[in-house]
Amino acid sequence: MILLEVLRKIGAAVLAFLASVGRLSLFTGTSLSHLLRPPFYGKSLLRQMISIGYNSLPVVGLTALFTGMVLALQSYTGFSRFAAESAVASLVVLSVTRELGPVIAGLMVAGRVGAAIAAEIGTMRVTDQIDALETLSTNPFKYLVAPRILAGFITLPLLVLIADIIGVLGGYLVAVYKLGFNGSGYLHQTVEFVQRGDVVSGLVKAAVFGFIVALMGCYHGYNSRGGAQGVGAATTYAVVSSSILILLSDYMLTAVFFSR
Amino acid sequence: MTAPVKISVRGLTKAFGSKKVLQGVDLDIVTGESVVVIGGSGSGKSVLLKCILGLIRPDSGSLLIDGRETVGLRGAERDRMRAPFGMLFQGAALFDSLPVWENVAFGLIQGHGVKRAEARDIAIATLAKVGLGADIGALNPSELSGGMQKRVGLARAIAAQPAILFFDEPTTGLDPIMSDVINELIVDRVKDLGATALSITHDMASARKIADRIAMLYQGKIIWQGPVAEIDRSQNEYVDQFIHGRADGPIRMQVRAS
Repeated sequence: MILLEVLRKIGAAVLAFLASVGRLSLFTGTSLSHLLRPPFYGKSLLRQMISIGYNSLPVVGLTALFTGMVLALQSYTGFSRFAAESAVASLVVLSVTRELGPVIAGLMVAGRVGAAIAAEIGTMRVTDQIDALETLSTNPFKYLVAPRILAGFITLPLLVLIADIIGVLGGYLVAVYKLGFNGSGYLHQTVEFVQRGDVVSGLVKAAVFGFIVALMGCYHGYNSRGGAQGVGAATTYAVVSSSILILLSDYMLTAVFFSR
Repeated sequence: MTAPVKISVRGLTKAFGSKKVLQGVDLDIVTGESVVVIGGSGSGKSVLLKCILGLIRPDSGSLLIDGRETVGLRGAERDRMRAPFGMLFQGAALFDSLPVWENVAFGLIQGHGVKRAEARDIAIATLAKVGLGADIGALNPSELSGGMQKRVGLARAIAAQPAILFFDEPTTGLDPIMSDVINELIVDRVKDLGATALSITHDMASARKIADRIAMLYQGKIIWQGPVAEIDRSQNEYVDQFIHGRADGPIRMQVRAS
């Protein structure tokens, strides 16, 4: 009987998981179909791009700067044991453009923007504003969801491009002013080693992460229930699920781009 | 009854999980009349309203608007079905990211493609109809009191001159004087538009004021309906208990929310 009970619990959990995957897939499909059909809300898209991209610049720039700095410092202490200090520049630029730039920007934006989107749409849900949109002949997917998802998709690569540059700058600052590298030599090494593919793969990742963050924010906000507590839970789910999905898709994209 | 039936509800049922909220609602609303559905908290009034609007999909039953079936409509057809509706939500549900005038003009700009400048003029004129000056238009909804928000919500509902108006607990959370102001506005605006009105409330003063006909919803069914003048002679002990607000009687209060 205990065995049956355990099986029943497992079955229920699997069913619940499949149901939520199905709901998320439907939500994603509906959102994408509304991205492609008019009317388009250009002004709303612009406002979201400013909120997702421009307003995230300080926090993303700061984390990128320190990431680049700590990479240079750590790799120097490691490489100096093998007298391979010259590899510091290449390690910094490859790590930042391929991996750390998009992932750290994605996670920061998940915390900052994903939570904000979930809270805003969740509050609109629990105060009937989403129902009100529908009674005013406005589709909430078109008006609320599509501009946010598109803005995340477009803006995050731009943000990551800036983060890449700031990250390399952080490495440069530590290498030149703390570790005594020659400035022009460091830059030469950096440019020598980085290839277009490294940057482009990072930007593709960024676009995927931006899509994930906005989608999870919208999905959890749109489905929030039960007042302030429900909105709070939606924000948590949005941040946690987008962070996990970012790391998961990062691995899969890396496997696609670099394994051959 | 010579006027045609505007909204016809037949055998409407809706359950959330194991909780049966609507268990076969039948209700006819004639063009131009104002029907008020009364009932206790959790009796399914809001669900009924949202089903008719297509915000919630009923499990079974039929909903005819102007004789056309609306259950199961999707996409553009559903949007077209909703076009003649205006709704005042319980908490007003104003868009807090937009100033008051844009709230009122929202349906005109987004739904009907009216130009912003023109929509703004209509919004200001509509605000005047609910007793608000043009200066209110520039404020944010959060700066307004509950009664003012309800007025703006009413203005938003009537701005596109809908043929059907829905009111979800229009006086909840307002003091008696403001409640009466809102009731008067509702009566005037509905007459003015010649609209068909459906309201839900548990405020009997409000129901008596705005209704031509009253229907009582209890345990997912309409248990009594009749002209407003007959509500005190209903011979129905459920209705009697409700309109006199007695704790003792056949109605037991719902503990769980729907």
